[in-house]
Amino acid sequence: MYGRALKPLALATAAGAALAFGLIFFYAPLDADQGFIQKIFYLHVPMAIVALLGFLAGGVMAAMHLRTRRRVWDMRSYVAIHLSIILAVGVLVTGSIWAKASWGHWWVWDEPMLVSFLIIFLLYAVYQPLRFSIDDPERQARYASVFAISGAAFTVLNFVAVRMAATYTHPRVFSQTGGNMPAEMFFTFLVSLAAMALVFATLWTLELGSKSASERLRRARRRLEREADGRAPGLDGEAGRTRPAGGAPAAVSVSAASAPTPAPR
Amino acid sequence: MIGAAFAILRKDLRVELRAREAVPAMALFAVTAFVLFHFAFDRDALDGDVAAGTLWITLLLTTVLGVNRLFVAEREQGGLEAMLLAPIDRTAIFLAKATALFLYLVAVEVVAVPAFALLLLGPDLFASLPALSALLLLADLGLAAVGALVGALAAETRAREVIGPLLLLPLVVPLAIAGAQATEPLFTGSGTPEDLGRWLGLMSLYATIFVLLSVALFDFLLED
Repeated sequence: MYGRALKPLALATAAGAALAFGLIFFYAPLDADQGFIQKIFYLHVPMAIVALLGFLAGGVMAAMHLRTRRRVWDMRSYVAIHLSIILAVGVLVTGSIWAKASWGHWWVWDEPMLVSFLIIFLLYAVYQPLRFSIDDPERQARYASVFAISGAAFTVLNFVAVRMAATYTHPRVFSQTGGNMPAEMFFTFLVSLAAMALVFATLWTLELGSKSASERLRRARRRLEREADGRAPGLDGEAGRTRPAGGAPAAVSVSAASAPTPAPR
Repeated sequence: MIGAAFAILRKDLRVELRAREAVPAMALFAVTAFVLFHFAFDRDALDGDVAAGTLWITLLLTTVLGVNRLFVAEREQGGLEAMLLAPIDRTAIFLAKATALFLYLVAVEVVAVPAFALLLLGPDLFASLPALSALLLLADLGLAAVGALVGALAAETRAREVIGPLLLLPLVVPLAIAGAQATEPLFTGSGTPEDLGRWLGLMSLYATIFVLLSVALFDFLLED
């Protein structure tokens, strides 16, 4: 079901990324005091915005999961957060490079955006350990959703707190490339942002497609197995049906030596 | 709901009074940390930002101990199943746990803050006591809410001793910011800071958000 959207999305992403790169290198003017290194802005800031929105979207999807009880929302939330964590690493790395180039230090504590990102990254780095140290898949989805909603709320709160701490020591109006940049720069930035959002959407769709495909495969395999079990003499065909989906498959084939061992999740 | 919450809270406090598992450990941890800070900084008396940071980080790390103990009795002795069987609102369990944690934190601070003043703090504590108490009480409110939520979240995981602290520490960063920033002028000996209001505001915002979040989400953690 994700396959159909994937192709146009991928094409749009390729076009968007190509356009963004073209604009960044050939259209946007060189920054007067930062020079060429300022171009990392077109990668760093869109990445940060998309990662941030990804975390927030993960929270909203988690809320949908808790409301509707449909596992697919948990999957969507999981994939969004997973991708955002990867983007957040990118944000920290590019931010660090930019800081080194323009301020001479690999890390600066008075850049609220970067500091907030570090804190949020440290929080979300626990998302996967938390998720995968819960065995029961239903509870795993529920706990991960509670985490995702709390994390989204915290993300906003954290930005407020870090910005307050920063303005306290160093009053600053807006980050140096924000305020009044030339129209060419702003246009390039918008295209880069759109391209980054498309990259995110494509990867999200791809990952969800692969997740749902392997889920369908697992279900089909289990059904086959159950049919094989049902035909085996002296076996109760109903035994497998009562188990919840995704549980440990060991119980089914206790006595059925002929049944193939299912692959672990 | 309030009645049920009170009953659970009374049970928790009675267990704590008899077994003394959380509060003495937390207080001991805090005092030991002060001794460690003395040697780490190699200073006999601290003031200003270093004193504020030392106090707040110690108290926040002490919270980790309390949060780790919060659901232990429920897990180890099956108390949670009994509570879930009872026809009470799940929110009552959250309220009771958060209130218990709040009271533990206050009790620990009653010991730890004077100990800090005695062992490490350069300037006089009494001048800054009213403002500091307000900050600590508000921070405890936020810590109690976030601690009960994180405790319940980590309680069902396999690596709960690791997951709990790892979750809690990034979540308390706003409190560390507000607490340390607001306490720093108190400990420089210049009297009350002019910015106290905004940091109290941030702490209230934090407490409000996490109380609301926990009330909304706690039901989903205790479903089975």
